[in-house]
This record gives sequence, structure tokens and C-alpha cells, in this order.
Amino acid sequence: MNCFFTVVGLCLCIFVFCALYRAIFGPGVFNRVAAISAIGTKTLVLLLIFGLLYERVDMFIDISMVYALLNFIGCVAAAKYLESQGGIE
Amino acid sequence: MTLMILMAIICLLGGLFFFATATIGLLRFPDFFTRLHATGKGDTLAVFLSLLGLAFYEGFSLTGLKIVIIAVFMFIAQPTATHAISRAGMRSGLTPWMKEKKEQ
Repeated sequence: MNCFFTVVGLCLCIFVFCALYRAIFGPGVFNRVAAISAIGTKTLVLLLIFGLLYERVDMFIDISMVYALLNFIGCVAAAKYLESQGGIE
Repeated sequence: MTLMILMAIICLLGGLFFFATATIGLLRFPDFFTRLHATGKGDTLAVFLSLLGLAFYEGFSLTGLKIVIIAVFMFIAQPTATHAISRAGMRSGLTPWMKEKKEQ
């Protein structure tokens, strides 16, 4: 079972790096915000898998919960700021 | 016990598949709105399936309950964030992508 979790975590790492390409080279601010939100979502699952691998889920689950809240609040705050800012490029 | 582990493996593989489709959509689609369409829906379902699988693996305990709480929160929060960022893009003047005609 540990081997299966390791494979799932490695696949998630590959997806994070694929989304990082969009976050770095993506044209405009909005593509970057969408890519950062997707990266945060993948990191949330990755943290729980780390917790299962290290046998300390009870500690990692609180970190994961805080990460979910911060990801949501950051995305909504960036949307509000960019909406009030007006122009994009 | 074995049934729970089997359910966990099936749910995690389903979540991994939807993560893969969301990432491919984020890389390959031509426009901001189409990319947001791929990553908004795909990531929501993938997070729900993955966390459900981890909760199946963990079993009935406080940790499993917390994982289910995170899954429900993400199921509400992710479409809200997607809607907010897409409305900000629409109001600040991004135009949706159109397929151009061959003539012209």
C-alpha cells in the first residue's frame, strides 16, 4: 500500500510541474491565478498522502485544512483585486 | 477491511485520472475561459474522489471525519473561486475565444 501511495504522489508531482508551466509562461494575470489555484488543489491531496506515508496523518490533516482555506481565500482576494483594478495587460 | 482498501484504490485512481484530464486541459486549451472550464470542473471532482478514497483507507475515526469535512468544503469552495475569477476576467475585458472562419 505504501508503494501505491508513493506512485500516486509522484504522479501528482508531475501534474504540479505541468501546471507550473502555465503559471510561469501563461499570458496574462488570470491564467497565472487559475494555474496557482490548480497547484494548490493538487498540493492539498499531496500533503495528505505525505501524512499517510509518514504515519502522522493527524498532524498533516490540519495543515491540509489550513491549506484549503488559504487557497480559497487567496483566489477570491486575487479575483476581487483584479476586478477592481480594471485593465489586464 | 479488504473491501475498504479496494474502494480506496478505486477512488484514488479515479481522482488521479481526473487530475490528469484537468492538467491536460489547462495546458492545451486555447483561451482563459476554456482553461478555467477544464480545471474548475476536473479539479473539483478529482479532489472529491481522492479525499473520499483517503477517508475510506483511514476508516471510521476522527481523522476520516476531518478528511470528509475537507472534501465537502472543497466541493463548495472550488466552484465559488472559479466563478469569482472568471467573473473578474469577464468584467475586466477578456473576450472569449472564437473559432475563426477559413475564408477571410
